[in-house]
Amino acid sequence: MNQDIFVLVEHLRGQVADITYVALAQAQSLAVETGGKVIAILFGGNAVELSKNLAADIVLHVESPVLAEYTCDAYAGALTGLIKEKSPRAVLVGDTTIGAEVAGVLSARLGMPLISNCVSVKGGRFSAKICGGKMMVEGELPAEPVLVAMVPGGFKVEQGQAAKAPEIKTSPVPDLSGVRVTFKRYVEPESGDIDITTQRILVGVGRGLQNGDNLELAEELAEALGGAVCASRPVVDQGWLPTTRLVGKSGKAVKPKLYLALGISGAPEHTETITGSEMIIAVNTDPAAPIFNLARYGAEVDMLDLMPALSEAVRKAKGG
Amino acid sequence: MKIVVPVQLVPDLVEELVVDKSGKALDLDTVRWIISEPDDHAIEQAILMKEKDGGEVIVLAPDFEGADDVLFAAAAKGADRLVKITGDFEGGLNAHALARALHPLVKDMNPDLVLTGVQTHNGLDGPVGALLAEYLQIPYIGYVSNVSVQGNKALVSKDYPGGLKAEMEVSLPAALGISSAESAPRYVPISKIRMVMKTSKVEDQDVGDLDPSGAAVVTRMSPPESAERATMITGKVDDVAVKIVAIIQEQGLL
Repeated sequence: MNQDIFVLVEHLRGQVADITYVALAQAQSLAVETGGKVIAILFGGNAVELSKNLAADIVLHVESPVLAEYTCDAYAGALTGLIKEKSPRAVLVGDTTIGAEVAGVLSARLGMPLISNCVSVKGGRFSAKICGGKMMVEGELPAEPVLVAMVPGGFKVEQGQAAKAPEIKTSPVPDLSGVRVTFKRYVEPESGDIDITTQRILVGVGRGLQNGDNLELAEELAEALGGAVCASRPVVDQGWLPTTRLVGKSGKAVKPKLYLALGISGAPEHTETITGSEMIIAVNTDPAAPIFNLARYGAEVDMLDLMPALSEAVRKAKGG
Repeated sequence: MKIVVPVQLVPDLVEELVVDKSGKALDLDTVRWIISEPDDHAIEQAILMKEKDGGEVIVLAPDFEGADDVLFAAAAKGADRLVKITGDFEGGLNAHALARALHPLVKDMNPDLVLTGVQTHNGLDGPVGALLAEYLQIPYIGYVSNVSVQGNKALVSKDYPGGLKAEMEVSLPAALGISSAESAPRYVPISKIRMVMKTSKVEDQDVGDLDPSGAAVVTRMSPPESAERATMITGKVDDVAVKIVAIIQEQGLL
């Protein structure tokens, strides 16, 4: 084992994911402790363009038609070869729709311990967020080479960005002839709906909505406020709102001036994508809901009682 | 088409979570166990596929309090075989231990597809589906919200941020981590579950000693210490509404 830290660069359609910069920031801090280098692993894509602001000592670029678009099978296959050859101290990925599964497969394949939901690693200890953000856990970083799947919270995106482009090294193409998954095409999100990422005011509804019929109350409130309704995963899963309104890890990140979080507990999957909001007001009957740790204002009332009262108060304030 | 669905039970986050005396784990006496939500979607997806193309659905659950209820509810939805995994889960059951325990059982079942929920909220060592897939030497795709089988291949839709999806083709057998089923998990009335309890059988499968290696050891668990907590607005609902409006006005948003 050497002391280098690998970071898997996650990119889709020419865009590096924010979590990659978070992982690079973590890697930089870890590399200071280990005395190793930060090596960004980049599969496919335009290496010069994608690498330009990565805070890494070296970018290891592997180019192959099989790696042109992400599949777990191909990424895990290519990483297996690199990890075996270079034996890094740690491999950092995002705990995302890409990194989580790559890390899982590699952990089973290579017998490397895996820490997921990781917020930070410092001084040989990790801290991670579980139970929808209601619990933090800590422990020692395993002594052997380790896989770490990062979530936001410990580092800022800017900390993983550099002004100067790192050196790009091209790595030989591994044998990926046994890949069993083929990328076919991208399917664009449904269009024709409003774009929640451009709204000034968002009324976010969660599990506390209880029933699709109650959506009308949220729509009424959003209309009074001049905003739009968006939702956390359970509401979209129930089919009460389309995926275009989903705020979260597999939905959209939003940055409104006001985010009214109604009946949303504040699981990391959701909160990670609302941190850009200028002000969050949270309403939840559960005093332990993690959303209250993020919101500037909170109220412990039932959203179903509050929505009509708030719509009325807004209309009154507007003189209507 | 044979579909195996290993599910997990997780603490209900609606209940208060209490750390036990060791300071390293949840106080299990206070935990109410429920099916992990993505696993509920995995069952639904399997049933939808069975309804469309026929086949067999086998649901497995570790022997936690409430496991029988989860299994019988799956049978009431249309699952054909119910398997409860028994063993010593006293020290908790991490994803690696569960995937290793499932491996020989699922291998013997010889499935075309393994569907699991893509994640659990209390997992600290990766998705069970990805680990199990690798132990079974079959491909894995996670965050899947749509599956259709054509011959010995499946066409799946994988979710990416921003509502973007990717269509991928995978050769069978394969394991898929389901984020959401094509339609919301169906509701089954208690009366139907009670009926099923009389006619269905839960098979016990003892997995012996567990091997939890591959996960980091937790030495401390605590609720998050927040640097800042929301300023709470108190009063009756109407008062809260008026105060919120005042705050919004202060921000110049009304």
